[in-house]
Order: sequence, then structure tokens, then C-alpha cells
Amino acid sequence: MQTFGWPEALFILRSAGWTLALTAIAFFIGSILGGILAIMRLSRSKWLRRFASGYILVIQSIPVLMVLFMSYYGLSALGIELPPFLAASASLSIYVSAYLAEIWRGSIESVPRQQWEASASLALTTAQQYRYIILPQAVRISLPPTVGFLVQLVKNTSIVQVVGFVDLMRAGMLVNNATYQAFQIFTLVGAIYFAICFPLSRLSRHLEKVMNASRSH
Amino acid sequence: MPAVLIEDVHKRFGSLEVLKGVSLSVEPGQVIAIIGRSGSGKSTLLRCINGLETFHAGKIEVAGHTMTQDPKKLRELRKDVGIVFQSYNLFPHLTVGQNIMLSPRITKNVPDAEALRLAKEVLAQVGLSDKFDSYPDNLSGGQQQRVAIARSLAMKPKVMLFDEVTSALDPELTGEVLIVMEKLAKGGMTMLLVTHEMNFARTVADTTVFMHQGKIWESGPSKELFANPQTPELSNFVKAGAH
Amino acid sequence: MLFQDVLSKWPMILYGVWLTIALSFIAIALGLVLATAMTALRSLAGSWAGYVVDAYVELMRNTPFLVQLFMIFFGLPQLGIRLNGLEASILAMTLNLAAYATEIIRAGVDSIHRSQIEAGLALAMSKWQVLKHVVLQPAFARVWPALSSQFVLMMLASSICSFVSVQELSGTAAIIEQDTFRSFETYIVVTVIYLVLALSLKLFLNWLGHRLFPQVSGLARLTEAHGEAA
Repeated sequence: MQTFGWPEALFILRSAGWTLALTAIAFFIGSILGGILAIMRLSRSKWLRRFASGYILVIQSIPVLMVLFMSYYGLSALGIELPPFLAASASLSIYVSAYLAEIWRGSIESVPRQQWEASASLALTTAQQYRYIILPQAVRISLPPTVGFLVQLVKNTSIVQVVGFVDLMRAGMLVNNATYQAFQIFTLVGAIYFAICFPLSRLSRHLEKVMNASRSH
Repeated sequence: MPAVLIEDVHKRFGSLEVLKGVSLSVEPGQVIAIIGRSGSGKSTLLRCINGLETFHAGKIEVAGHTMTQDPKKLRELRKDVGIVFQSYNLFPHLTVGQNIMLSPRITKNVPDAEALRLAKEVLAQVGLSDKFDSYPDNLSGGQQQRVAIARSLAMKPKVMLFDEVTSALDPELTGEVLIVMEKLAKGGMTMLLVTHEMNFARTVADTTVFMHQGKIWESGPSKELFANPQTPELSNFVKAGAH
Repeated sequence: MLFQDVLSKWPMILYGVWLTIALSFIAIALGLVLATAMTALRSLAGSWAGYVVDAYVELMRNTPFLVQLFMIFFGLPQLGIRLNGLEASILAMTLNLAAYATEIIRAGVDSIHRSQIEAGLALAMSKWQVLKHVVLQPAFARVWPALSSQFVLMMLASSICSFVSVQELSGTAAIIEQDTFRSFETYIVVTVIYLVLALSLKLFLNWLGHRLFPQVSGLARLTEAHGEAA
């Protein structure tokens, strides 16, 4: 049995880097997909709206663990075997897309109706309304919940080991299997997650305060 | 050729009829005040004139356009009809100058330099030249409303609609807005104003229209109307004051 | 694709569903009690209590549930406390949910205007009575939607308890997958079941909300309709 020393701690820290990379990629791809879904949700076509709503409802009503398994085994069934990092990224992106789509749709709907009326009265087209008036304001509104969701994403990366990827959590478990010093190990692992998430949570709350301040006058 | 022609307009909200056959004709340069209780249909009528509200019977022609729901034609109509809202509705993420320049630039393709000149001109007209780079957040209600007027003026409209534009303002701030509106009226702008400012209606508007239960109950030259109401409803309304 | 292999294991699946529901309800019940206690503690005790509660909440909300679970299951034995998978799961879920619920309830409590409390006190109510009737009851009513969302999220998070060999629905899925090698079919079935469970729970909680708080119609609803995940 090994002792829990510096090499083990460094292994854990390096894996934290992978967790961050995974988070970044899933967030990036999920954002693009989420944006498309949000547009579909707001589109004039009944079928696009329904598809997007259905997709979002399903993803939000099942455990992230199932999203991971479904995308992994779903792709398997289609004959596509992805290496662990890509499998994890793909699954997490799907998870992210549904939640961000909801947040962003909510943000767009939060822009006051009067902004639509004022811009329409100035003869802007719908596309111009979105581009110059609605989206700039919606983006601002969406910042606090989007950053808040980023925290969820980081925490949810902790289960990607089920598709074979060695992230921060898995690294901790591997070291635990070798050293049986769970308390110290998971304190370190927890501390690292905390170090990543806590500043983001604070940022989200700060953004929310700034938003509320500027909205009430 | 009237600037605004409203013919027998009917409008329903679900099963509730809000406008029950309203007809009104406004000549260019005329200033019409529309008064009445809440629920009389006055704001609804005003908002029909620039297409923010639809109606199911009747006809509206304004500034040479016939009211339609066709988006392209509606936009052309809206270039000639300006509206100022009770809650100003300035774009909070743009400066005052940007608020004013936006539509001329992107809907009328006015070049940037010309748009800048135009914005400064209308801002001077409402007395806020020094606020060009300020954000709406940093202005008082009265100032924001004047910017809203300037924003509409920058489109060079033929008709201006004012929807209770002083109702949300603290009393000390209504004056500055009314002064701007009076200047506009004297300058020959065709104006329709829904208002609670009885004094303003009496002194600045050529004609006042009193609405009640979705119909035009009484209308006529302002001074005459206020001095000699012909119906008990108007009589009570005037006695009760603004509301 | 043969679903027959998977569906023939329905007794196991049913047990997994039952355990998921049981775990969730126990965690929700205990978690709510704990959260209410912490909220009361925060309001009534001094500011040191507030700091302790805040620290606890921040800790639980900024670390993954899996880490918390493993800390309890693998870490506590080092301190002499040995819990089996099920016990560790219940404890972890309770502690986790309590943290989120405390935050949500706190938002509800904060929305009760000071003047309400003053009115209660002026009517000769005790601090406890004011807390119960003037603060907590309306606060709960206001944040019920956010709380409900959090409960559903907690039920979905129970899937993580499979990592400590608890045979709730996900744990059962893992076993069935190993037995039948029908990975895709297994997880489709289980996913559909989770979907049904989540939607049913949502409906149930909506109904419950109307029963418990009939006075809430257009009252200001705080916090977004979906809360945060564990």
C-alpha cells in the first residue's frame, strides 16, 4: 500500500487540469447547441418549437449520469466508438445545451415587452430588433444564471469516469484505491473543486447584484 | 387630405369590445387631445394608429399609408408615424445619442455623419444637447421622456402620437416635457395626445376628443368643450379633475 | 436490439424504482427538517450561527455530490464511523438537499418585509409565533416552485448513489447491463423510467403545493423555475 505523498497529490492536480479542459469544451460546444435550441424554441415553426421543447424537457428530467450513458451507448449502437475525452465532451455538451437553451430563452423573454414595442415603432425589422435591442439586453440578463450554471457543470464533470475518462474525481478514487487514505484524498479533491466553484458562485451572485441595481431606477 | 383618418373602427379583446365604432379625422398641423377615464379605449385607439394594436373592423389611414398587418408596409408606415410612450422605453444599453441615431441609420440608411448631425439637432430641440453621451439610467424621468421625443423626431415623422407621456412623471418634471410638446405643436406638427393634463389639452390642443366606453362621446374645439360640456359624463369627468 | 432481456428483469427494475423513490422521499423529508432548523437558527440565534450555516451551505453547493458521498462512505471510517452504502447515501442526500433548501427558504424569508414582522410583534405574538405564522408559512408558499424543482433534482441525483453500490435505479441498470450485455436497451428503459418519475414527481409537487398553500395565486415567485443540481 502506497502512502499519499506528493506524486499522488500532483497526479490529482494534473487531473484537475483535465476537468477544467473538459468543462471548457463542453461549455463551448454546449453554448453553440444551446443557442440553436433557444432560437428553435422561439421560432415560428410549430415543429421546431416542439422538437426543441421536447429535447430540453427530456434532458432536464433525467440524471446527468443517464445523459452520459445514453449518448455513449447511443453512439456505440450507431457504430461510433469515441475515445473517452471526446465521449465525455460530447455527452456533457448535450447536457449543457439543454440547460443553457432554457436560461437563454428565459433571458430573451425577460426583456420587457416595451422594448419590443419601442423598436417596432421605430420601424426596425424583427432581425434588427433582435440584433440591436433584444439580444444585447438578453445577454446581460443571462450572465448571472449562465455563470451559475457553469458551477453545476464543473460539479457534474465528476461522473465522467463512467465513460472511461480520468478526471479529478477519478484520479482521487484511483489514489484512494492505492493508499486507502480517503479522508485526506477527498478533502484535497473537494478543496480543488471548491477552489474552482466558489469564485464562480461569487461571480454569479455579484453579477446578479449588478443587474438588479441597474434595473431598478 | 387628412393626416389621420379613422373610420368606424371596432376592436375586441376576447369577448370585450373596447372600441365600438370610432371615427376621427385629423388635418395636417392639427393638435388633438384625447381624454377619458381608464378603460375608455383612448390608449387603445392611439396604439391602433401605429399598428401596435389591431382592429377587426373599420379603416385607418395615416400619413398617406393604409393600416395593414403586412410587416413591410407597416414598417414604412412607422417611419412616418412617431410614438412616445408613458414609460419612455429608451434602450438602456445605448447612450442617448445612440438611441436617437439607431433607427435612421439602420432603417433609412442615413449615413453616420448625417445621423450624428440629425441627432444633435433634435437633441437641441428638446433642450438636452449636453446629454448626448449619457446613458438613460443617468437621466431623470423628464429628461428621458424628452430624449424619447427626440428619438421619434429623428425619424422626421408626419404624425406624432403621445400616449400619456407625463403620467409616470413626478409633477415637477412634467413641465419640461409639456414645454417641448407645445413647441412642437406651434411648429406645425400633427399631434394626437392621450393625456390627463386638462390644462394642456385646453390651451395647446385645437380639438379635444372625450372618449367613454369605447366611443367618441364628445368632441370639439378645446376651450369650448371644457367650458360647456354637452353630456353629463364629460361634465362629471371635467369636474373630477384629471382622473 | 432486444428489449426482452432487459424487460424480463422487471422485478429488479421495480425494486430499483422503489429504492429511488424511498431514498428521495427520506432525503427530502429529513433535508427539509434540517433546512427549516437551520433557517430558524439563522434568524433567531446570533450572527455566529449565520456564519456557520453560510459556510455549510457554501461547502455543499460548491463541491460535487459524489465527493460528499465518498467523503461520508470512504472518509468517515478513518474517523471510526462506518456507514453502509444505503446509510451513507441517505446522509449525503439529506445534507446536500438541506443546503440547497436552506438557501431557497432563506430567499423566501428575506422576501417577507420587515413591516410584516413588526405587525406580528405588535399584535403580541411571540418570536416563535411570528416566525411560524408570519415568516415561514408565506415564505414556503412563495418558494414552493423553486423547492419543488430542487426536490426533483435531488431525486435525479440519487443516481449517483449507485457509485457506492446502492441498488437504486441506476445501480440496478448497471447490474442488468452486466448480466445481459444489452447496454443501449438497458439505459433506454431506465432513462424512460427516470423521465416518468421526474415528471410524475413534478406533477405531484404541483398538486401538493396547491393543497398546502391555496392562497398563493399571483404572489411573486422567487428564484428561477429550475433550481441548481446537487
